[in-house]
Amino acid sequence: MTRLLPGLAALAFALTLWQAIVWLTGVPHFILPGPARVGAALLNNAALLAQQAGFTLANLGMGLAAGITLGIASALNLAMSPAARVLLRPLMVFAQAVPVFALAPIVTLWLGYGAPSKIVMVALVTYFPVTSAFFDGLMRLPPILDDLTRQMQAKPLRRLMLVQLPHALPALGSGLRLAAVQAPFAVIIAEWVGASKGLGHLMLISNGRGQTDLMFAALILLASLSLMLFLAADRLARHWDRRV
Amino acid sequence: MTAPALQIAGDLRLGGQTLCPALNLTCPAAQWTVLLGPSGVGKSTLARMIADVPCPAHLTGGITASDGKPLDGRVILMAQTDQLLPWASVLDNVTLGARLRGQNPDRARALDLLNRVGLDGYATRRPATLSGGQRQRVALARTLMEDRPIVVMDEPFSALDAATRATMQDATATLLRGRTVILITHDPLEAARLAHHAHLMRTDGLHPLPLPATAPPRALSDPATLSAQADLYARLMQVPT
Repeated sequence: MTRLLPGLAALAFALTLWQAIVWLTGVPHFILPGPARVGAALLNNAALLAQQAGFTLANLGMGLAAGITLGIASALNLAMSPAARVLLRPLMVFAQAVPVFALAPIVTLWLGYGAPSKIVMVALVTYFPVTSAFFDGLMRLPPILDDLTRQMQAKPLRRLMLVQLPHALPALGSGLRLAAVQAPFAVIIAEWVGASKGLGHLMLISNGRGQTDLMFAALILLASLSLMLFLAADRLARHWDRRV
Repeated sequence: MTAPALQIAGDLRLGGQTLCPALNLTCPAAQWTVLLGPSGVGKSTLARMIADVPCPAHLTGGITASDGKPLDGRVILMAQTDQLLPWASVLDNVTLGARLRGQNPDRARALDLLNRVGLDGYATRRPATLSGGQRQRVALARTLMEDRPIVVMDEPFSALDAATRATMQDATATLLRGRTVILITHDPLEAARLAHHAHLMRTDGLHPLPLPATAPPRALSDPATLSAQADLYARLMQVPT
């Protein structure tokens, strides 16, 4: 409760400021609707918004699951296999240099307007931060623990699972935090490039129709989803930080 | 388990520089050989070499066991830091070696060892909830769990307070009986209490040190221990040539 209170106070302040700007500048509602108007749009279009948010959230979830799973598997594989490191690391560095968002039109061209292009975009965007953060964590075993595992004549796979992996969990947590921040961008951009459903799609449509209040309602919903996603990742990461 | 003696010979070199020339050290079987010396002469480096832990230095001679068999897997290093895994319980830390080798850990023996190092009832605790002395006891139990005939200790007690250190010295001397021990330290009292044989390691080579005729571990209150400590201090403080 004591942690919730400052947050609510900040929210109330932001809403007041927003309403004040609308009143003082007399800006027309189709440019900047006030919070009351956006609130009304949220309530009046609740069913539509929920439906669109459901589509976006489902793609976000599936994309995250795929990106994170593949990222973890890749990092473990890279940590285990020197050959994989030689072959794949330069490729990964190159892949990270490509702005993944710029791939959205190509992904949409190949996979169409439906869910698969959104899932693949989210997976692409989350895969790299998860892989590289987790891999770094796996490889950065403190020398004293490295000495210990050598002394004990550890089998490589056992060493990975019993020592390297638990030690790398905080690094994985950092990767997940990054992924949670990037994933909503990816899903919205994929929807902007081409979609027939979703919050990003709804924003484009309502913008085109001058329904700025609905666009803001969709934006607020999207921001709330992103925030919850980040808080979930952050909670997990903090839990891991405490263990090490 | 019959512990072999160790023979260490050659110049200890790091890059083009000689850290300690003409080592010719015999560590008798089932006894404590203590290497005392100032920082930077390569004591820890030598400890790592004996334990076959990677280090940048090399020895122009070699390290051989008196029974002629290779040392591989017969030496364990106990380091200054306890090297405990913070996410694992005390018991899981003690049984780490077996688990890392894919063997079935002997929990009963681990619990018995914890009992013998004075940590009865601590098996499920996390290292973060233990004091420095207790953590080093867990490290000792883990070292004993490996059951290797040769134990190299690199200042294992230097981070402990005086009273805890004295208790740990006694416990370790008892528990490592029958093993060939090489102890690296810069504490003259530790050498005076625990050594069967002690050497001063300096940049000009190894110098044997006099010790009381009694068997270690020697009592803290024994005047012979204290006078040996004073003598070792004096030798340690001589300006190295």
